[in-house]
Amino acid sequence: MMSDSGYIFDIKKFAIHDGPGIRTTIFLKGCSMDCWWCHNPESRNLKPEPILKTNNIDEQEIIGREISVEEVLHEIDKDMIFYEESGGGVTISGGEALMQHDFLYSILKKCKEKNIHTALDTSGYAPEEIIRKITGVVDLFLFDLKLIDEETHEKHTGVSNRLILNNLKFLDDQEENIIIRIPIIPGFTDTESNLLQISEFIRNLNNVQSVNLLPYNKMGVEKYKRLKKLYKLTEVSVPSEERMNELKIYFKNKGIKVSIGG
Amino acid sequence: MKERVRKLREQSLTAEPYLSLERATLLTDFYETGIVEDVSIPVARALAFKHILENKEICINEGELIVGERGPEPQAAPTYPEICVHSLDDLNILNSREKISFSVDDETRRISEERIVPFWKGKSIREKIFDNMTTEWIDAYEAGVFTEFMEQRAPGHTVSGKHVFHMGFSDFKKEIEESINNLDFNNDPEAYAKKEELKAMEIAADAIIILANRYSDKAKKLALEETDATRREELEKIAEICSYVPEYAPRTTWEALQHYWFIHLGVITELNTWDSFNPGRLDQNLITFYEEDINERNISVGEIKELLQCFWIKFNNQPAPPKVGVTAEESNTYTDFCLINLGGVKEDGSNAVNNLSFLLLDVIEEMRILQPSSMVQISKETPNDFLMRAMKVVRTGFGQPSIFNTEAIVQEMLNQGKSIIDARNGGASGCVETGAFGKEAYILSGYFNTVKILELTLNNGIDPRTGKQIGLKTGDATTFHAFEDLFEAFTNQLNHFIDIKIEGNNIIERLWAANLPSPFMSLLVDDCIEKGKDYNDGGARYNTTYIQGVGLGTITDSLTSLKYNIFEEKNFSMNDLLLALENNFEEHQTIRQIVLNETPKYGNDDDYADEITKRVFEEFYKAVNGRPNTKGGHHRINLLPTTVHVYFGSVLGATPDGRKAKEPLSEGISPVQGMDMKGPTAVIKSASKIDHLRTGGTLLNQKFTPEILKKDEDLEKVSALIRAYFRMDGHHIQFNVVSADTLRKAQENPERFKSLIVRVAGYSDYFINLGESLQNEIIKRTEHGAI
Repeated sequence: MMSDSGYIFDIKKFAIHDGPGIRTTIFLKGCSMDCWWCHNPESRNLKPEPILKTNNIDEQEIIGREISVEEVLHEIDKDMIFYEESGGGVTISGGEALMQHDFLYSILKKCKEKNIHTALDTSGYAPEEIIRKITGVVDLFLFDLKLIDEETHEKHTGVSNRLILNNLKFLDDQEENIIIRIPIIPGFTDTESNLLQISEFIRNLNNVQSVNLLPYNKMGVEKYKRLKKLYKLTEVSVPSEERMNELKIYFKNKGIKVSIGG
Repeated sequence: MKERVRKLREQSLTAEPYLSLERATLLTDFYETGIVEDVSIPVARALAFKHILENKEICINEGELIVGERGPEPQAAPTYPEICVHSLDDLNILNSREKISFSVDDETRRISEERIVPFWKGKSIREKIFDNMTTEWIDAYEAGVFTEFMEQRAPGHTVSGKHVFHMGFSDFKKEIEESINNLDFNNDPEAYAKKEELKAMEIAADAIIILANRYSDKAKKLALEETDATRREELEKIAEICSYVPEYAPRTTWEALQHYWFIHLGVITELNTWDSFNPGRLDQNLITFYEEDINERNISVGEIKELLQCFWIKFNNQPAPPKVGVTAEESNTYTDFCLINLGGVKEDGSNAVNNLSFLLLDVIEEMRILQPSSMVQISKETPNDFLMRAMKVVRTGFGQPSIFNTEAIVQEMLNQGKSIIDARNGGASGCVETGAFGKEAYILSGYFNTVKILELTLNNGIDPRTGKQIGLKTGDATTFHAFEDLFEAFTNQLNHFIDIKIEGNNIIERLWAANLPSPFMSLLVDDCIEKGKDYNDGGARYNTTYIQGVGLGTITDSLTSLKYNIFEEKNFSMNDLLLALENNFEEHQTIRQIVLNETPKYGNDDDYADEITKRVFEEFYKAVNGRPNTKGGHHRINLLPTTVHVYFGSVLGATPDGRKAKEPLSEGISPVQGMDMKGPTAVIKSASKIDHLRTGGTLLNQKFTPEILKKDEDLEKVSALIRAYFRMDGHHIQFNVVSADTLRKAQENPERFKSLIVRVAGYSDYFINLGESLQNEIIKRTEHGAI
């Protein structure tokens, strides 16, 4: 199915950490997961929602808007010359973009018609038939991998990871291009057991180009206040540079191509 | 960095700029002899030049390999009383002003008061210029509609061509002789004038040889006194070189650098030319010497690097001559705008990058000093490794080198009617100005305040600051029914003031040609010798006069705001807006919020605003381009500000884009500070919508926080950004890479940040030497750069 319009909450130009080259990243609204460390809490609701303009002023603005595929493509088209010069393209992020899979598919299909490189930044949390549908229009999957233990995953993200891990295996079997992104949330995703499980899982895949370790950041904290939502991760601090390097070496030693950051 | 270079660099950085009356005194001595009464003006000027070079102090600094100072020692700044007489008040201002000061001692004050001022008062070209301007011109000048470049500095704005590196002054003298022999007194009514000019050039050639020989003698003398054997040998070598160049064409890199340096000193001693002088395409001009040194003379790359570093210091030792008044406001810096060009293409259009281009980037990175400034020309042919190497220097965050588009430079010159060979041998100088090196006098005549034109339009020709009617009565703004009415009034006002400016230019050009010819400069620029004509009188092969448009971002956002809010969305009336502007938006916060936050802005790849940019550009272009100057050339436009956007902002009230009274305008073709909300690709798209190829240069400032450029792979993406801009015919882009935090700290503790260099606009400067409003503006720009 195609869709003529959908909900987004941002279009970021000159995105240089969302795949190869200079990219335009479209942030789609909506996500059914509830990760404790989510730094885009304004992305979870599918529909536009009110947010305080700043933490201190009791004045609201609306975050997110409905936008037509045509308008999205118009914005994408504007930066064509930069994709060409840099080997870049379009990245769709979220939220979880797969929630609006018809809209997503429409955008990506149009991009492919114009020969634009496409990347999808996803949690992988969607029914397999949806994943199956979009593989033809996605050149690169930026696939989030958080926790391997099902129970812990459910506790900290609100959903089971069975679907996610199956989808990742499916994409791997289909020989899709995959970059795994692991958010490093101290005390959550960087425990000895999780690291071991993740690295083992990755070693059993064949089409992972590399692993990106994304250090936890507190960019979202402010936004929780503005959305009048509770932030659960107040005690966690940002991982040090040394810690990130340690983790990098950990993966490297297991023969996995790894880098810090996107 | 070798110890020698480190010490010389330290000396250059720590010496305090001061005013030296050496030149003024020697000049006055000469004029008092009365010789000038008996000879033609060009010959008088040449004899004066010779007198100065015969008698000035000779200074060889400890350990240096390239010798020659303009004044008696490093950081001494001469005055040019035949151009501008500094009153005692001026001297006090220069001595005590907070930024860009020059210390003035009591002896200097005394000599100035007793000799210099009494002799030159009434005779300077500055006074002649103001005496010859119309009331309309004076009114516009005082209102800040435009500035005047030639009111206290000489036309220069030119760059050495390659031929200068391969000719001695004995060769120039032969050409002069030939040119004199070819004069046709029977048929050429100008033959006599040409002969006088050529005689003057010959005297000027002798003068520079005399100076070099005096340096040679001094080096010999120092060698005799020198106890250190190595240094003694060096001094003997210096003595030998200075007795050879510039009389004869150089043979080695060392000779070539010394040769050029004497030429540079000659130009900046003869007159206080804008943009000093410039060795131009240095990697091209030196490459044959470099290769021969390496391959045949067994000289090491390290030795050449050391020579280049010594050469670099010589530039930094010469602060721009002291400026006062509006000229100080528009160009408030010690930098004298010598912009070294690297890369680009050869005459045949092929890639010109060579080993020396890379070595020079090493020198630039290591020296990390204000002068000379540097740029790289990037063409389609330029290999990526060169661009990446340049970007790695940019990343170190002192604003150098700036990045230029060779194809744009070449096409701009072709559009102006230059030959393709001359165009490919050219480049950019000053801030961003396109020129045919060695063949063109491209004179910047003054900045033009496009936003002031709008303010006058909105006030029916009255300057709200003074209440004076200085513009046309283009109609009461509240009676305009449509945006087109307003735009037409704006265009009429624009044309009116461009007429006034050009009329002034054509008089001022003649005043310079008649009163202050520059025979030494004329030796260096083709085809002055062949034509027997002075550089200031159309002797160059190409003669271009520029008017520099300022405030493209602010004028676009202001006109866009008027169109969108008053005539289309009808968010408020013209009356409401005029009242808000009059009150500097006090108690009109709603209007200000609408214009700031809910109105299309230039720099976001939004056609609504960018269409206005294009229209303003077209009108400015039409008003100026192609109109004749008095030297056989034409007026052209370029878009750059140096520091004038601060001054132009200071003469303006609040503007319809939400800018408050007295705040700086946008600079170059950059968006209004903080109004580019969509990142660098959108800025570049907006900026490329104007037709750069019909200008003689545009300036685009981009700011990045250091994080963005930290990784090489990110640097590659920024390089791709540059390539994309250049594919869209962008002329120039420069980067400021310092975090806002650092800048704020520097503002609080200037003494701890003495060496912090930032990109201003077309040049870099010490942050602590910038005025507070400019500092704030750069902090604002930089903060916004965090992506």
